[in-house]
Amino acid sequence: MSILRSTAADLAGSIAAGDVSAREVTQAHLDQIGAVDGAVKAFLHVDTDRALAAADAVDAKRAAGEKLGPLAGVPLAMKDIFTLKGAPTTCGSRILEGWVPPYNSTITDKLLDAGVVVLGKTNMDEFAMGSSTENSGYFTTHNPWDNTRIPGGSGGGSAAALAAFESPLAVGTDTGGSIRQPASVTGTVGVKPTYGATSRYGVVAMASSLDTPGPCARTVLDAALLHSVIAGWDPRDSTSINAPVPDVVGAARHGDVRGLKIGVVTEFGGEGYQPGVEQRFREALATLEGLGAEIVEVSCPHFEYALAAYYLIMPSEVSSNLARFDAMRYGLRVGDDGVNGVEDVMNLTRGAGFGSEAKRRIIIGTYALSSGYYDAYYGSAQKVRTLITRDFDAAFGTVDVLVSPTTPTTAFTIGERVDDPLAMYKADLCTIPSNLAGNCAISIPCGLSPDDGLPVGFQVMAPALADDRLYRVGAALERELTRRWGGGMLDQLADSDAGAYLNLSQAGGVR
Amino acid sequence: MTADVLGYDEALAAFDPVLGLEVHVELNTASKMFCGCANAFGGEPNTQTCPVCLGLPGSLPVVNATAIESAIRIGLALNCQIADWCRFARKNYFYPDMTKDFQTSQYDEPIAFDGWVDLDVDGETFRIEIERAHMEEDAGKLVHVGGSTGRIGGAEYSLVDYNRAGTPLVEIVTRPITGTGAKAPQVAKAYVSFLRDLMLSLGVSDVRMEQGSLRCDANVSLMPRGATQFGLRTETKNVNSLRSVERALTYEIQRQAAVLSGGGKVHQETRHWHEDGGYTTPGRSKEQAEDYRYFPEPDLVPVAPSREWVEQLRGTLPELPAVRRARLQGEWGFTDLELQDAVNAGALDVIEATVAAGASAQAARKWWLTELARRANEAGVELGELAITPEQVAQVQALVDAGTVNDKLARQVIEGVLAGEGSPADVVAGRGLAVVSDDGALSAAVDAAIAANPDVAQRIREGKLQAAGALIGAVMKDLRGQADAARVRELVLARLA
Repeated sequence: MSILRSTAADLAGSIAAGDVSAREVTQAHLDQIGAVDGAVKAFLHVDTDRALAAADAVDAKRAAGEKLGPLAGVPLAMKDIFTLKGAPTTCGSRILEGWVPPYNSTITDKLLDAGVVVLGKTNMDEFAMGSSTENSGYFTTHNPWDNTRIPGGSGGGSAAALAAFESPLAVGTDTGGSIRQPASVTGTVGVKPTYGATSRYGVVAMASSLDTPGPCARTVLDAALLHSVIAGWDPRDSTSINAPVPDVVGAARHGDVRGLKIGVVTEFGGEGYQPGVEQRFREALATLEGLGAEIVEVSCPHFEYALAAYYLIMPSEVSSNLARFDAMRYGLRVGDDGVNGVEDVMNLTRGAGFGSEAKRRIIIGTYALSSGYYDAYYGSAQKVRTLITRDFDAAFGTVDVLVSPTTPTTAFTIGERVDDPLAMYKADLCTIPSNLAGNCAISIPCGLSPDDGLPVGFQVMAPALADDRLYRVGAALERELTRRWGGGMLDQLADSDAGAYLNLSQAGGVR
Repeated sequence: MTADVLGYDEALAAFDPVLGLEVHVELNTASKMFCGCANAFGGEPNTQTCPVCLGLPGSLPVVNATAIESAIRIGLALNCQIADWCRFARKNYFYPDMTKDFQTSQYDEPIAFDGWVDLDVDGETFRIEIERAHMEEDAGKLVHVGGSTGRIGGAEYSLVDYNRAGTPLVEIVTRPITGTGAKAPQVAKAYVSFLRDLMLSLGVSDVRMEQGSLRCDANVSLMPRGATQFGLRTETKNVNSLRSVERALTYEIQRQAAVLSGGGKVHQETRHWHEDGGYTTPGRSKEQAEDYRYFPEPDLVPVAPSREWVEQLRGTLPELPAVRRARLQGEWGFTDLELQDAVNAGALDVIEATVAAGASAQAARKWWLTELARRANEAGVELGELAITPEQVAQVQALVDAGTVNDKLARQVIEGVLAGEGSPADVVAGRGLAVVSDDGALSAAVDAAIAANPDVAQRIREGKLQAAGALIGAVMKDLRGQADAARVRELVLARLA
C-alpha cells in the first residue's frame, strides 16, 4: 500500500507497529508537496525541518517503548489561520506578512501533544473570507481535480492538500462553510463541529460568534480521529463548551443508519442548483434509505433569509475583529516616514494590506453597526438568527439529522465569480444555517456530477453536541459508496488521467 | 489660557448647576480583567503583558471572576440592583493605546444599576442617584515625547506601555444631580471622597487618585435659576485629587456662567483641567462625537450571577459610612454638631484610630479639629496626610493625662513630631519639654516670685486668693511654661497661708 494513498488511521497503525517510520511517512508527503504543489499551490509555507523533527520525535518515542496516540506521526496541513509558534501566520493576508506568532493555538498544542506532524501552513481566502482562495493575498490554489477550477474556500489550501495527497489530514475553520464547501468541491471530508466544541484560542478571528475550527480528511474515520484530538473544553476560550466530546470515532467505525430519521431540507434545491449535484444528492438519499434510514421532507422556512442575516452579522464582527491590524504592533506598516501621523500610517497600511473582499466586509460591517442603522441591520439579523435556530429546533424535534447538498454547484472555474460577490456568496447557501445556529455539520463526497465529472458533496446537519450523528451517517454512506465504486472518492482521481500528475497510480506506489 | 469667569456668588445667583459624575475605579485584583497578567502599577514598560492583553491575532479574553465579584459588591454597597444576566460589548475606535482597537466594556447591560447614596454636606443631606456601575478594561498608556505640552499635539513621537492594558475598571455613573446650588462643588467632592472611602472599606481598590486608580470625569451644566431644562454640559477630565474636583467644578461653573451671561452658548465638549493654573481648556468636541458602534462582545459568554451568590456577597459588605457615623456618634457621645464638624473635616478615621490607641473621644476630637486641622490647612493637605499618626496623637494626650506636659507643651510636642523629631516621647526628651514637677525647683521659683512681688504676696495673705494668678504667671514665665500650673498654685497658697 502506498504511504500517500493510505488513510491517516492506517498510517498511524503502521507507524505504531513499526512497519514504517514517521520520518518515512513525513518525507513521502514532503516529497509529494515538492512534486505537485507547484501546480496545486496549496501551501503558503512548508516547514520541512519542523516536520522532520516532529516525525523523529515520534519515532524516538516509539523506540523508547512509549505508547503513541491514535494519530502519532501522521502528517497534517494546517490552515494558515492557526497560530504556530515560530512559523509565519498570515491568514492569507498581506497585512500579516512577516508576523511570527509567539504562541500556539490550543488546537496546535493538542495536535503537537498528540504527535501529529505539521507539514506547513495552507493557503486560504484572506482572513477566511471567500469560497475559492481567490481572495488570498498571495495566490490562488488550484483544484486537484481540474486545475482551471477553484478548490473552494476559504480552506481551499487544506482541501486541495488532501485531494492532491500532499497530506492525509488538515485542519480548517468554518464560519459559513469554509471547511465543508472546499471538502465538497475537492471530494474530501470536512466537518464543522458544534460551535464551542473546538477551541478558538489562537485561531485568528473572522466572525467570533460563527468561527468553528474543525477536521478535514479523505475519510470519515480519519476526520473522526482528528476531531477527537482537537475537540474539548478550553478554559482560554470563554465560548468553549464544557461537555464531554461525543464518541465520534466509535460512530465513524460503526456507521449505521438503520432506524435513523433523516430530514431533507425542502428549501435547499431547485433553482440555482446544478442538476448533476441534485442527481447525486438524490441517489445518496436513496442509498441511505436502502441502508435502513427513513427519509422525510422537512421545511425550514427561515433558511431563505440565512444568507442575508449572515452577511450582516459576519461583516459586523469582521469590522471589529480586523480593526487591530493597524500597523502599530505587528505585521505590515506602510507610510511610516517620520512625517505621517499615526492615523495616516493606520490608513495607508490598511489600504495597502487588505484585499478588496476584506475591505468590502469591513465597510458593510461598519455600516451595519453604525448608530441609527444598528437595529435595522445587525439587530434584525440577530432576530433572523434566532428564527433559524428555532427552525432547526423544530426540525430536530421530528428528525435525527437534516441533509442537503453541501453547495449548489460543483467547483466553478477560477475567475468565474470574482467580479460577482453575490454569486460567490451563494456557494455557502446550504452551509450557513448551521453556523448561525451553532450546531454541527459534515460534508461527505457522494459522487462525481454526471454533467462535469467533478465531486459533489453531501451535507449532514445534526443538533449541537450530537456531532457523533454526523459520523454515523457519513460512515454509513461512505462505506456503501466505496464498496460500489471499488475505492474511495479520491482513488478515482488518483487513478484517472486527470490525476496522472499526482503520480499515484497503484502500480507506482511508494511501498 | 484662562477664560472670562463670573464671580462665584454672582454665578449662583443667576444659575442652578446640574452635576453628573463618572468615576472610574481600578480594581486591585491580582490579575487583569481578561487574562492572567499581573495587575500592578509601575513595572518596566510592556513587561506585564501576554497575547491576550496585547490583542495578538487569535487571542481571546476570559472574564476575571474576582473582578465581577468586586463589581457586584460595589453595586450592592451603592444600593444598586444587580443584573441577573448581562453582557460585555465592544466599543470600537482606533487608538494606539487600544491593542484590539476596541475596548471591551459593558454598554447597555451594566452589572449594577439604579442605586443611590446619601451624602451629608455641611449638615444638609443630598441624595445622589446612581444610574449604573459597569465593568470595563483600561487601555495602555501613551507617553508623548517631544513638544512642549506632553500631550499628543506637537509630540515628535509617542511610546506606549501596555502594562495597564486590560486593568479591570468599574465605572460608576450618577444620574444628573440637581438642587445642590452653591454647594455643587462641595457635593461633588464629598461624593468622590465617599466613593474613595467606600472602595477602601470594600477592599476592592487602592483608590490612589494621583496614580489614576480612581479617576473622576466631572460633568456640569448650568440652567437659569428655577428652570427645569438642563443646559449643555461640559465634561472635565484630568481631575486628579479631591481638591481638584471642587476647584475644577467651581471654575467651570464660573466660566459657563460668564459665557451664558454674555449671551454666548456653552459648547458640549470635553475639557482638560490644569491643576497648576486652576483652569480648564477645551478638548474633544462631543458634538462631533465618534460613533463607537457598540455591539455585544461575541468572544465572551454573558455574565449571569446567581441570586445566591449575590446574597452571599451582600453578606460580605463592610459597615457602610452612614451606619458607621451613627455608631461612632453613639460610642463617642458627640453632639450632632461635633459629629458634623468631624465629618466635614474628614476626621472620622483619624479620631477613631486615636480613640482605639487609648485617647478619649473628646481629646481625640480636640486635637484633630483644632491644632491638627489648623496645621493641615496651613499645609494644604488632608488630616490623614499629616506626618503624625493617630497613635502618636494618643501618646501626646497620654503625656498630658500623666501630667508630663501641659496643653501648651503638648502643642510643641506635636510640632516636633510633625517636624520629624521622632515620637512624642522623643520630642519631650529632645526638646526638654517635660513640666518641672520637682517641688524643690518649683519652691525655689515660688520663693523668688514672692520675693519679687511683695505687694501681691501681701494681698494673698490678706485672703485675696484671686491675686495668686499673678504669682503663678511669674513662676510659669520663670520656668518657660514647663510647670504644672495647678501644683504651682498649691505651693503659692501653702507658702502664703
